[in-house]
Amino acid sequence: MLKIENLHVRVEDKEILKGIDLNVNPGEVHAIMGPNGSGKSTLAQVLAGREDYEVTEGTVSFLGEDLLEMAPEERAREGLFMAFQYPVEIPGVSNTYFLKAALNASRKHRSLPEMDAVEFLKLVREKMKLVKMDESLLGRPVNHGFSGGEKKRNEIFHMAVLEPRLAVLDETDSGLDIDALRIVSEGVNSMRSDERSFVVITHYQRLLSHITPDVVHVLVDGRIVQSGGKELALELESKGYSWLEKTYDSTAAVMA
Amino acid sequence: MQAIAERSPLLSKYETFERGLPSHPESIKHLRRQGKDSFEANGLPTTRQEEWRKTNVAAIGRTSFERVSQDTNSLSHEQIRSFLLPDCIDLVFINGRFSHKHSQLEDLPKDIFAGSLANALVQKPELVEAHLGQYADLGHPFVALNSAFIEDGAFIHVPSGVTVEKTIHVLFLATARDGTPTVSYPRNLFVAEESSQVTVVESYGGFRDDRYFTCPVTEIVGLANSVIDHYRLGQESLGAFHVATQKVYLSRDANFFTHSINHGGALVRNDIQALLDAEGIHCTLNGLYLARGSQHVDHQMRVDHAKPNCHSYELFKGILEDRARAVFNGRIYVHQDAQKTDAKQSNRNLLLSKGALVYSNPQLEIFADDVRCTHGSTTGHLDDEAIFYLRSRGIGEEAARSLLTYSFAGEVLDEIRLEAVRKEFEEFLFTRLPKGDIVRQAV
Repeated sequence: MLKIENLHVRVEDKEILKGIDLNVNPGEVHAIMGPNGSGKSTLAQVLAGREDYEVTEGTVSFLGEDLLEMAPEERAREGLFMAFQYPVEIPGVSNTYFLKAALNASRKHRSLPEMDAVEFLKLVREKMKLVKMDESLLGRPVNHGFSGGEKKRNEIFHMAVLEPRLAVLDETDSGLDIDALRIVSEGVNSMRSDERSFVVITHYQRLLSHITPDVVHVLVDGRIVQSGGKELALELESKGYSWLEKTYDSTAAVMA
Repeated sequence: MQAIAERSPLLSKYETFERGLPSHPESIKHLRRQGKDSFEANGLPTTRQEEWRKTNVAAIGRTSFERVSQDTNSLSHEQIRSFLLPDCIDLVFINGRFSHKHSQLEDLPKDIFAGSLANALVQKPELVEAHLGQYADLGHPFVALNSAFIEDGAFIHVPSGVTVEKTIHVLFLATARDGTPTVSYPRNLFVAEESSQVTVVESYGGFRDDRYFTCPVTEIVGLANSVIDHYRLGQESLGAFHVATQKVYLSRDANFFTHSINHGGALVRNDIQALLDAEGIHCTLNGLYLARGSQHVDHQMRVDHAKPNCHSYELFKGILEDRARAVFNGRIYVHQDAQKTDAKQSNRNLLLSKGALVYSNPQLEIFADDVRCTHGSTTGHLDDEAIFYLRSRGIGEEAARSLLTYSFAGEVLDEIRLEAVRKEFEEFLFTRLPKGDIVRQAV
């Protein structure tokens, strides 16, 4: 599904990602954890196609295609979705109609017939239940005046409607209360399938007790320093990131 | 040595014009003469004058314009249709003159006067005399010029306690005549008597890049407890000069609401002034201007809070592309008496190209000590973060930019209460914005 090899990324003059390798197979959920400033969000942004980030080395292929060659909207139409850490408010653009335009852009790209208003509304109603979203949020402008929790739920709602092949969740859990966290996690869990993969980026282990990952990676200073099963997240929880940062530092020292 | 000022070409053949007029009340003749004298003495403003620093009208003085007499039949219904709004009483003027053929007055209630000022001056001179020229300032060069040529325009009079259910649409269309630039001086007067209510749309339009000059003055009078919903649509040709003054006089508990939307004209200047002359008034002056190419659009606002306990609210937004220029000068003047004034003004501009430029200057002058006044001005580009967000959902870049541009305009659109105008303008945006079909789907 997603294959990242030796990915180096710089922002302005600073190298943020220093050689990432990651292989996500269909149906897998990968968690990427790491301390602040380790490069987690940079990885998400690069996958979504943010232009301020410069890839200096390495490759990313998505469903066998060169992801880095695609514009952000092409990535989305090919089935990549990123849930934003800070979803943007867009007054004057309806949350529902905008989503219909987005969905139809993807369907057109895949040579599927465009959905009409009736079909779309049926789909939307069904998906709203998934994230227990109030119907009043449908008529509102995109994220406009939404609370922090509502914004994150709206991201999951967008994901549910767009039905991506690969979803990247960028700290979707940060700042959520337990109820919102449960709703978000249930939304994700209900969408898990053999064909769909997730990359869940988080700072906190808490999310991973709601969404059980197949693989956990720990990102420190732009490199994946450890990968393992879901137990790794628990170990991190008890020992803290400093445990791996220290290990990593000594390894680096030895190597140097 | 005193130089003898050369007479402005705008006043050439003035005597012929005057001789051709029907017999008018003395006060109207006087008003015309005052206008002419004032314009003759002061001429066109120059960029050395503070209010005209950013808008150069010298080209108007250099062009030789022709006043058009009776040719109100020169346009066909097909040409006019695209300017009409559904379900309105229509007053159509061509090159400043009332057109019977194109106007539609059938649904006009009996006790209301809505029609040609030229007719009203003959049929109901006392109604006109009571207000005409009482509000607009003859010291303004273009008010003086317009006043010198008072002949026709729209006159609407709504008697006490009457509500006009249908919208009255006053439409001014101008044409160049076989390539010769034309000029017209529409003079409008809208009077809402005590506790009356009316909705008026005032439109100005032209064709292609026809070269002409429209110089309207509109006096709007909202007497006690009246409700006026007013719209001003500027859709002049891309070769047109449009210099307009709108003066609003409001009395106790009046409710006035206006939207000025402009996307036409080569050089557009709109002076919008409101005098809140009694307590309990609510006055909203909103606007939206779109300019591209080398269009120049200037809005000069002035709100005078003369008495206590009034509210004024102004939201003006601009969208500029290419090398377009916009000027916004907003002035709120709170007089010493006007305690408990609540005034808010904001001007926001969106620049879609590097070459576009805005001069925005909101000003407050406050002489009372217990008031709440705010003003603000912002000018910026589309938000990259928002563009990226939309693209990440599968919306193409061009469509994302258009959606955000629409969203920027939306704040003003949403305030438009008259559905016909709102729809009309939405359609206009869908047609104008690149990938407008996607915007249409997404909003």
